[in-house]
Amino acid sequence: MGVFSIFPPRASTTAVQIDALYTFLLIVAGIMTALIFFCVFFFAVRYRRKNQDDPAPKAIHGSLPLEIAWSVFPFLIMLVMFAWGAKLYFQNYTPPLHDTFDIYVTGKQWMWKVQYPTGQREINEMHVPTGRPVKLILASEDVIHSFYIPAFRLKHDVVPGSYQTYWFEATEPGRYHILCAEYCGTNHSDMGGWVTVMKPNDFERWLAGDTGGSMREQGEKLFQQYGCVTCHVTDREGRCPSLLNVFGNPVVLDDGRTVIADEAYVRESILNPNAKVVKGYKHDIMPVFQGQISEEGLLQLIVYVKSLSPPAPRSGKSAAPAPKANPK
Amino acid sequence: MSTYLPFARTEARTNYLNADYGWKSWLFTTDHKRIALLYLFSITAFFFVGGAFAVGMRVNLLTPEGIFAHDTYNKLFTMHGIIMVFFFLVPSIPATLGNFLVPLMIGARDLAFPRINLLSWYLYMIGGAIALTAIVKGGVDTGWTFYAPFSSTYSNTHVILTAIGVFVSGFSSILTGLNFIVTIHTMRAPGMTWGRLPLFVWGHYATSLIQVLGTPVIAITLVLLGLERVLHAGIFDPAVGGDPVLFQHLFWFYSHPAVYIMILPGMAVISEIIPCFSRKALFGYTFVAISSIAIAVLGFLVWGHHLFVAGQSMYASMVFSLLSFLVAVPSAIKVFNWTATMYKGSVSYETPMLYAFGFIGLFTIGGLTGLFLATLAIDVHVTDTYFVIAHFHYIMVGGMVMAYLGGIHFWFPKISGRMYPEGWARFAALIVFVGFNLTFFPQFILGYQGMPRRYAHYPPEFQVLNVMSTAGASILAVGYLLPIIYLGWAWRKGPKAPQNPWNAKGLEWEQSPTPPPTYNFETQPVVTEPAYNYSGESEEVGIG
Repeated sequence: MGVFSIFPPRASTTAVQIDALYTFLLIVAGIMTALIFFCVFFFAVRYRRKNQDDPAPKAIHGSLPLEIAWSVFPFLIMLVMFAWGAKLYFQNYTPPLHDTFDIYVTGKQWMWKVQYPTGQREINEMHVPTGRPVKLILASEDVIHSFYIPAFRLKHDVVPGSYQTYWFEATEPGRYHILCAEYCGTNHSDMGGWVTVMKPNDFERWLAGDTGGSMREQGEKLFQQYGCVTCHVTDREGRCPSLLNVFGNPVVLDDGRTVIADEAYVRESILNPNAKVVKGYKHDIMPVFQGQISEEGLLQLIVYVKSLSPPAPRSGKSAAPAPKANPK
Repeated sequence: MSTYLPFARTEARTNYLNADYGWKSWLFTTDHKRIALLYLFSITAFFFVGGAFAVGMRVNLLTPEGIFAHDTYNKLFTMHGIIMVFFFLVPSIPATLGNFLVPLMIGARDLAFPRINLLSWYLYMIGGAIALTAIVKGGVDTGWTFYAPFSSTYSNTHVILTAIGVFVSGFSSILTGLNFIVTIHTMRAPGMTWGRLPLFVWGHYATSLIQVLGTPVIAITLVLLGLERVLHAGIFDPAVGGDPVLFQHLFWFYSHPAVYIMILPGMAVISEIIPCFSRKALFGYTFVAISSIAIAVLGFLVWGHHLFVAGQSMYASMVFSLLSFLVAVPSAIKVFNWTATMYKGSVSYETPMLYAFGFIGLFTIGGLTGLFLATLAIDVHVTDTYFVIAHFHYIMVGGMVMAYLGGIHFWFPKISGRMYPEGWARFAALIVFVGFNLTFFPQFILGYQGMPRRYAHYPPEFQVLNVMSTAGASILAVGYLLPIIYLGWAWRKGPKAPQNPWNAKGLEWEQSPTPPPTYNFETQPVVTEPAYNYSGESEEVGIG
């Protein structure tokens, strides 16, 4: 799919079906547009007024057969669109009763919290296997959001006070956008993330937590998985302090104290972010991760945060390995 | 009736413009033509305010990271929508051209309630002033749709003040509709039967029905929203026992019919322009007239197609989908009949006709993409994306604004007594058409690729199409500024208009002097022939 393709990536069984219906609609609309444009253009040229003094042409008041024809035939074609569209709509919004892999998604200004029955939690990241029906259970903590995955051609509003569901079967491994499609306030356009479609074996391994790699690499994965990267590295809104070149250096807190950003400080700031807030930043911005990250994961994260502050002094940000915010 | 008034009569004659001078003669006038001009100037001002917000949005979208802060962008698109929908599109043609022409076309001295007509302008201005106050005080960021519970609980901008502005201006809309309905029923000239009414009047009659029946619902909805926001009444916010989807039902019960308030008068204008510049009766008069009423009625039954992904019952969605296809039929009938009118006609390409061509083309694309949105499974993918933005701008801007500009040019000689410069006007029409398509066509592609609406930042792969759209918007802006300049010039310096520059049919051209005197007609007009009798037939002919 190049930049100029009219179709986004197709990564689910529904995407193929929706694109087929869309192509049908494009063809019908194209024929109708061509027909009307041709008639307007042809009549305008063929019957143009050649001389201002020409007598007015004879009136044609209408034609009942024509009126009936151009009311009924288009409507019959529309009935095909209706039936085809309704069939797919019911299919996509009615999950199979059995054998679905369930994922629980909570929308909150302005992040997606994703939970798996096996206990994994992610923020703005979702992992799904190919070839298996996945059912989403959608809830909102505040306003209406909409959980939209263009590569699957599916979305559903996430309405506070109710659960909404839809389901899909992913087909193509890769990373695809998750977007919020219902306006939800200030950072609506940043309330997005990535769905990672994995082959079943890879997914089972991911689900079992056996991701492999060095502690730093695992820490980097966690850093992305929990959404730390969106605020602490790439944020432009000034909601949170950058973690580049922080580790091992003094930090001024909002109550005036100065602490050194060591392992204990990083750990406390992950588990209970409000305990020691850096001067100039607000409380209650960052989610509390107490009880959500294993000790093992915490250590991996700390190793990764360390790697953002390389020992070479005053080398600027170029020395820090820039985390891959959005691979692919 | 087809004889023209002698040219001498148009010279040095008292008309509605020079009958009286001074600001009082305008601000306290009850003349429908002067009120139409009051509306024309105020609506034009609001159009450029709304347009300025659009410029801000398009500039922000030049780069994926944007230029403005999120909150600023969110206020820009909200205020663009509110100003354009409630203070430009809804009143645009009815309050200006409709106000001016409905009495003239049916052979009446004025509207049935001239003072209520003035009151409606004042309500519009008060509502507009309140909304502008909200903007100056910092604006509002809910989107023009005011969805709860964001608007009722979470937004900390001037929601209440804006809602009051919209609420007040709604009464202006109701009063205009009421005035038209009573006028059309009771003040038609002798011989002006329903079957001889110009389609402009039929279109405004259908529009007025929606204004009178639909607008109270948005008023009630905004009151409920206010109660929720101030008193936490528990109507829409689930945290206190309400239902957020209920708000959407109430909102769209007005706001979908309101789409037809915005487009029916545009269709009404096109139905006048095409016969005139084809010198031929409109093909299928009865079907075009009835299709306006059919749109008004069916338009009340399709609001649920805005809720296909909002959690309403899937069976409800299915019914709304079917009805949405049904409402496309009368619109299609109109397009086919306009096109057929040109068949074996005598077509000329003056500016109003160029806008009519543009209208047919853009409305066709807007209408056909509406079918995509009525198709349930496609709507799931493209709703709340730029596909929807492109679709309704093809209807509202490509359709309604093209028709509005076409109508302004068509009746400019009638209104001002002057001719506009034809070359400049054709040039501007071309610029508008090119700029419009470059602005909005890429948005269809953006939408299907998955770019959601109301995004201050966007993924970088969407940049190329966004830059194209912004480039188009800058061309479109030129196209909108040009008429202001040359029409303003023509109003003062343009050559004097003859009585009937287009040799058009209709009481306003044939029986009322140009520009009209305060009471429109020097003698009571009597109608003896069907509308658009360009061929001069003596007998009325049915549709066979």
